[in-house]
Amino acid sequence: MRMSNRENAKLMTGNEACAEAALFAGMRFFAGYPITPSTEIAEFLARRLPQVGGTFVQMEDEIASMAAIIGASLAGVKSMTATSGPGFSLMQENIGYATMTEVPCVVVNVQRGGPSTGLPTLPSQADVMQARWGTHGDHPVIAVAPSTVRETYDWTIRAFNLSERFRTPVILLLDEIVGHVSEKIVYPARGEIEQVERERTSRDPESYLPYENTDSDIPPFAEFGAGYRYHVTGLNHDETGFPTNDPKKVDILNRRINRKIERYRSEIIAYSESSLEDADICVVAYGSSARSAHRAVLDARRSGYKAGIFQPFVLWPFPHERLSLIAQRIKNFVVPEMNLGQIAHEVSCATNRNIVRVNRVDGGLITPDEILEEIKNVSIR
Amino acid sequence: MFPYDKYLRRDKFPHIWCTGCGCGIVLKALLRAIERSKIPKDDVAIVSGIGCSSRTPGYLDFNTLHTTHGRAIAFATGLKLAKRKLKVIVVTGDGDATAIGGNHFIHAARRNLDMTVIIYNNYIYGMTGGQVSPTTPAGKRSTTSPHGNVEPAFDISGLAIAAGAPFVARTTCYHAVQLDKYINKGIMKKGFSVVEVLTPCPTYYARPNRLGNAVEMLEWYKNNSIQIEVARNTSDEEKAGKITIGILHDSDRPEFCDVYSQLSARVREANKE
Amino acid sequence: MSFRYEFRLSGSGGQGLILAGKILAEAAAIYDGKNATQSQSYGPEARGGSSRSEVIVSDEEIDYPKALNIDLLLCFTQEACDKYYTDIKDNGILLVDRSYVTKTPKGKYRMYSLPITETAEAKVGKALVANIVALGIITQLTGIISRGAVEAAILSRVPKGTEELNLQAFNAGIELAQQAQS
Repeated sequence: MRMSNRENAKLMTGNEACAEAALFAGMRFFAGYPITPSTEIAEFLARRLPQVGGTFVQMEDEIASMAAIIGASLAGVKSMTATSGPGFSLMQENIGYATMTEVPCVVVNVQRGGPSTGLPTLPSQADVMQARWGTHGDHPVIAVAPSTVRETYDWTIRAFNLSERFRTPVILLLDEIVGHVSEKIVYPARGEIEQVERERTSRDPESYLPYENTDSDIPPFAEFGAGYRYHVTGLNHDETGFPTNDPKKVDILNRRINRKIERYRSEIIAYSESSLEDADICVVAYGSSARSAHRAVLDARRSGYKAGIFQPFVLWPFPHERLSLIAQRIKNFVVPEMNLGQIAHEVSCATNRNIVRVNRVDGGLITPDEILEEIKNVSIR
Repeated sequence: MFPYDKYLRRDKFPHIWCTGCGCGIVLKALLRAIERSKIPKDDVAIVSGIGCSSRTPGYLDFNTLHTTHGRAIAFATGLKLAKRKLKVIVVTGDGDATAIGGNHFIHAARRNLDMTVIIYNNYIYGMTGGQVSPTTPAGKRSTTSPHGNVEPAFDISGLAIAAGAPFVARTTCYHAVQLDKYINKGIMKKGFSVVEVLTPCPTYYARPNRLGNAVEMLEWYKNNSIQIEVARNTSDEEKAGKITIGILHDSDRPEFCDVYSQLSARVREANKE
Repeated sequence: MSFRYEFRLSGSGGQGLILAGKILAEAAAIYDGKNATQSQSYGPEARGGSSRSEVIVSDEEIDYPKALNIDLLLCFTQEACDKYYTDIKDNGILLVDRSYVTKTPKGKYRMYSLPITETAEAKVGKALVANIVALGIITQLTGIISRGAVEAAILSRVPKGTEELNLQAFNAGIELAQQAQS
């Protein structure tokens, strides 16, 4: 572990780290609506944004918040909103709009127990599938899930980077534990984490095609008010940005917006692996459950069980290829999550192996012992 | 002849509107109002939601944003706050602005962010085929009020005034010259300005209610509207059933961008100390 | 073998237990250079509901951030004491405010029933700083976090203008614990 000095080390919560990192990433517009357990992000930014020349606005609801950040991003400003389950549900239509119109933005969901109003003050990881399929229509998505305060800091910046790079909304899935736990964070050195800006067009306004089918599949951006005077619509549109029902053009757009994420999977996907080299059990865990899983694997090793851990930081796109490779050696997978098996299903698809699910939906964080017990059970089998 | 072509995306025509629809009248009035304001095209953003009127931006050569149903004002809020030099004009309908988007509408009026909202009030959902809207008069027929509308209607301008909009005007498609004057005044007003325009839907509102063709509807507007200055000196009996038109409200309130800039300057100054 | 020390500060909302937890964690993590996490569980009430703040201090990275085997349990309500005392590990510490906790359970732990709120009132003139008095006691009884670190963390976390008051409360807590130990 790196030594820290007091100047660049701070005790902060995941929500604070998220807000701080967003400012570091260059976010200068935040629109939000109060909801537990995400509210501290809005509170932090209401205080800080005017100090750095940015704008904070508390909207009338989450629908408006999502709309406002898309509007601000179209003006060329990096934008973010933060919410929890019920608000995330309300944002879904406009998340799809941002996907369709290819407007970069970051949506933070500090997950709490559900469904419905659920458990406002308690953690869950039950919005993983909503992050993937919450908005209607075939669409790509990038969703990331850090497990510590420092990871939250890093992945907030990366969420902006991914969003800018691929011109798509990125969903940052925290949970009540990650959002509210206070721990030490050692700030990264300047330049340690790169900062990405969306590619601006080099064309002149006359030849600019806002939704051009480029080789990269990612059309360069022009901000509103910069002389380009183009059209943005959530309707299916052609390269010029205007609505079309032409089956050929509709097909091209629908396939391109999905392909522009799919083809860069290997660039987007990120995970960590530990103790997997000689393992015969692989625990797949993310978010705050990964914290318990790390402890469980350490305890298992101390008791002689050959367990290892795979922690995806990017949940969508899901690292099927890597898990499939791991499954060539390892037969048993344990997937702890604070839902009824949303990622376990993906692990099952990727590995075709025996999946042991450890699920809690009672508002409690899965304990290391609950995971350890399953590691032991699998070993006996 | 007014140079409409200067502001149109001619290659996007023909438009989708029905014969006799008022959307074209408002479109032309909007262009005349913008021309009069002398604001460069690059600095104008037209934002809309979903509905017949919301298709307007597609035909106009500005920065144009066609958003989701009811949310145009919320999108426009982000756009304006992020780039304050933009003159943001929202075009929306009665259903878009006061049913699904009603909450955004009243809160934007309260917030008093500088933008102009033109609400095309045709008493009906046209795009989806003639359903009852929050402004359909009681008793009128639509595909979802086939026995007559059982609900009372919203007074859009009254709602805007009550919610705090500093400039509110209402007119009709018959009063086309007045319309561009009011839109221009709205654009020049610093703050949240609302122009409600009564516009005919011969296809879905007039037909089930036997109100005649487009020309007859325009005549109806002419005969059933009363200028506010006149209305003030007219007895309630005489003006019963008539639509009051004119600049209904014009006041000055601190505008949100200005207030936020002042706040920003204050906290930055305090931070330095 | 690595060490992991677990504190649970329990009582009701408004007693300043979450702030106290953050001060402990900051003292350990920032001023003593160890690792620490602080987490809380709370209900919808800003005041009066049950409140629980947990601090883990370790010389390794802390993965699981909740208390499993409590080294020190602080109870500011009878209800919290009744609910949590069984989570204390053998030879752990149970610290209660005797103004609120009158029935103390028996077990294999070191028991301290001290006049925490009374001391805050008598020595500082404000019951409000009982949480900081408790921090003084905890610092003295456990020896896990240095006195200087806790003082520094108090100064960084309490509202401006109340620093002196809070340091008085902290010192009063240290003295109270010293008397109890002797």
